[in-house]
Amino acid sequence: MLELSNVSKRFGGVVATDGVALDVRRGEVHALIGPNGAGKTTLIAQIAGDLSCDSGAIMFEGADVTRAPQHERVRSGLARSYQITSIFRRFSVLDNLALAVQARSGSSFSFWRPVAAEPALANEARALAAQIGLAGREEAGAATLAHGEQRALEVGLALATRPKLVLLDEPLAGMGPEESQAMIALVERVRSEVAVLLVEHDMDAVFRLADRVSVLVSGRVIATGLPAAIRADAGVRKAYLGESAAA
Amino acid sequence: MRRYATAAALVLALAFPLAAPESYYLSFASRIFVYALAATSLNLALGYGGMISFGHAAFVGTGAYVSSIFLAEGVASAWIGWPAAVAAAALAALVIGAVSLRTRGVYFIMITLAFAQMMYFLVNSMKAYGGDEGLTLPARASAGLGVDLGSDAVFYYVALAALACAVYGLHRLAHSRFGRVIQAIRENEARAEAIGFPVYRLKLACFVIAGAAGGLAGVLLASHGKYVNPNVLHWTQSGTLMVMVILGGVGRLWGGAVGATAYLGLEDLVANHRVEWIASVFPNYQQHASLGVGAVLLAIVLFAPQGIAGAFARGRRA
Amino acid sequence: MSWVLILEQTLNGLQFGLMLFLLAAGLTLVFGIMDMINLAHGSLYMLGAFLAAALVQATGSFVLGVLLAVPATAVLGMLLEMSVLRTLYARDHLSQVLATFALILILNEAVRIVWGPDVPLTMPAALSGPVELLPGLFYPSYRLLIIGVGAAVALLLYVLVAHTRVGMLVRAGASNREMALAMGVDVRRLFTLLFGVGTGLCAVAGALLGPLLAVQVGMGENILILAFVVIVIGGIGSIRGALVGAVLVGLVDTIGRAFLPLFFGLFFQPRVASAAGPAIASVLAYVLMVAVLYYRPRGLFPARG
Repeated sequence: MLELSNVSKRFGGVVATDGVALDVRRGEVHALIGPNGAGKTTLIAQIAGDLSCDSGAIMFEGADVTRAPQHERVRSGLARSYQITSIFRRFSVLDNLALAVQARSGSSFSFWRPVAAEPALANEARALAAQIGLAGREEAGAATLAHGEQRALEVGLALATRPKLVLLDEPLAGMGPEESQAMIALVERVRSEVAVLLVEHDMDAVFRLADRVSVLVSGRVIATGLPAAIRADAGVRKAYLGESAAA
Repeated sequence: MRRYATAAALVLALAFPLAAPESYYLSFASRIFVYALAATSLNLALGYGGMISFGHAAFVGTGAYVSSIFLAEGVASAWIGWPAAVAAAALAALVIGAVSLRTRGVYFIMITLAFAQMMYFLVNSMKAYGGDEGLTLPARASAGLGVDLGSDAVFYYVALAALACAVYGLHRLAHSRFGRVIQAIRENEARAEAIGFPVYRLKLACFVIAGAAGGLAGVLLASHGKYVNPNVLHWTQSGTLMVMVILGGVGRLWGGAVGATAYLGLEDLVANHRVEWIASVFPNYQQHASLGVGAVLLAIVLFAPQGIAGAFARGRRA
Repeated sequence: MSWVLILEQTLNGLQFGLMLFLLAAGLTLVFGIMDMINLAHGSLYMLGAFLAAALVQATGSFVLGVLLAVPATAVLGMLLEMSVLRTLYARDHLSQVLATFALILILNEAVRIVWGPDVPLTMPAALSGPVELLPGLFYPSYRLLIIGVGAAVALLLYVLVAHTRVGMLVRAGASNREMALAMGVDVRRLFTLLFGVGTGLCAVAGALLGPLLAVQVGMGENILILAFVVIVIGGIGSIRGALVGAVLVGLVDTIGRAFLPLFFGLFFQPRVASAAGPAIASVLAYVLMVAVLYYRPRGLFPARG
């Protein structure tokens, strides 16, 4: 479904991504792990289109999206969520989700007809809110949500675009144990409909959810395989030496 | 509540010429309507769209000049000159926007400013149309259909109609799909792109609509005074429009109209109605009114950034 | 068109460019480090010119007047920073634009109230004559002084920024503000000092250009735009960029105004040339900026990585 070949990116003298080859299959949850500074978010940004890659190719559903602008990638089914929550803070939860629904359904060059005349947007947004566990919080301003709720909305926005593949960048970031369980349950709920490339530090979540795991170190993928194999891999252990596998 | 206030204001506005038929007040009110339209058009780009364009005067000026040039060249019909001028302003906005919107932040401000200055200098050098002395027109355009634009009362209603249409249009737009997206883009542009909106195109559309409306304001401005000069394109004019918008309330429906009324009303009050106790301390105060304007503007920015029309709290970075 | 004319205009361009640099240097640092758009920068330049004119009249000496005006303006600038501008650092760009625009209005009127719409400032008699630089090339000695002062200040700034502790703090702040703050730099004092220096530079430019350009209310607005063009071209936060940008803009603007109408006259009819020439010449600096931004969206020497 998603195929990266030889993707590279440098910032001045720093090589952030070094000839990465990676693929995500239909219906799988593929986890991307690695020590801090490995370049995981940079890689996600290149796949999503926030950043352009210097070299290499990104194929999505058979089409070459390497140079495609971000909004076109989203339209073809490739969405992402952000490690640092990036939502529409002054909008309500419902409006946040309705926006994403609006983006994928019809043109936004409509200047006269009020959005209120389109109940379908709000209805779908409500359904989404329930799916991500924010039922009952629809009218709340996004800025007033608790951290865990904001992370849920963060993921919700990506899911609202009905992607075929979603890139989740550390969805559990900053979450306590209860909130983490809720997020893991959310990913479990959606995995039947959408493939996931999951960047995470939380090893508990990774080994519960992942079908396959890739390990990124200093911009290079040093190993890809089944979770058990990765756990046992000597090279991976070495990369993580000194890092406690924090849950 | 808002509905009643709007209706009441409209009734008052419609009745005004009957109560105060003197030319001076009619003319002054018309001028307020025209600037209200200009400020409202800027409010769309700036307040709703979050685009800090310091070149909006270019579009107002384009409308003013193109319509005046039509008249100067003998094309008296408003039905030809006015739409042409608005189209010219929209085209200018399309070109300037297409280039400028590739940039962000201060670069965007600078480029819009640069383009406006380019137009200012261009117009300044057009000796055929007055150059830096400006262009005086013998009469306003003719509208036919028994409507005499030369009459102050008629012009008043035309200006009022234009403003009313603009504000209503902004109201519809703000609640439409487009309005939602534009405000979302203002809030978090990166995420808007990341959920699949073609942000550049949407911003450009907003910019062009604002430019076209500004052009209409320019047409009316030139027509009102039967005079146009390059200063209408100067970046300080953009600044004045911005002052009106922030005075009235950035991103609020009535922000432009309220701001223009407050600004021009205050300006007229200071210039033409001498307040003795101020004069006793400061004899020439009326000639230095812009000091007061500056002080009020500074106070608003520092202490009441919401402006008159309501609450609008901008966050940390534009 | 003679070589003498070309050299003369080139020197004029260099002279204008160096004065633009004085304005741009302060502006780029304030923007680069404090991330503040300061539209009132041109008004400080105007203030410097007016103060210089007043002090020259009071003391009877050009040199003394100018030398006193610079620190006086710098002090006023620092007072302005401590009272009003400081609160704007945390605000968004729109608020900064509007507040400093308000300051332009206030300062323009204040100057008008105190001194009137304009004051005379004449160059010292000793420098009013030309100097023969090359056989046949006579150049006004006053303009040579400006070039000299401008170059000296540029050198001084280079030494300060590249070789002193304060300069290092400034460069660190320009390239990564948060880092500099995190390392415990006394930000408030540094900013005030920086602003004072920037204002002082404006005052030097204002005082020196006064005799050439006329000291009048509103003189700040026109040159302010060019200063912004310079820092956008040069790269925000970079002194080196400000210098390169300023000299480029100074040369393009001066040489363009001098020769473009003539150049056009070679290809077009006189009526067209005399209209189009000056029009296009006055926008050359902006065209240059747009061109630079197209290839280098962050300017020629962006301070931030």
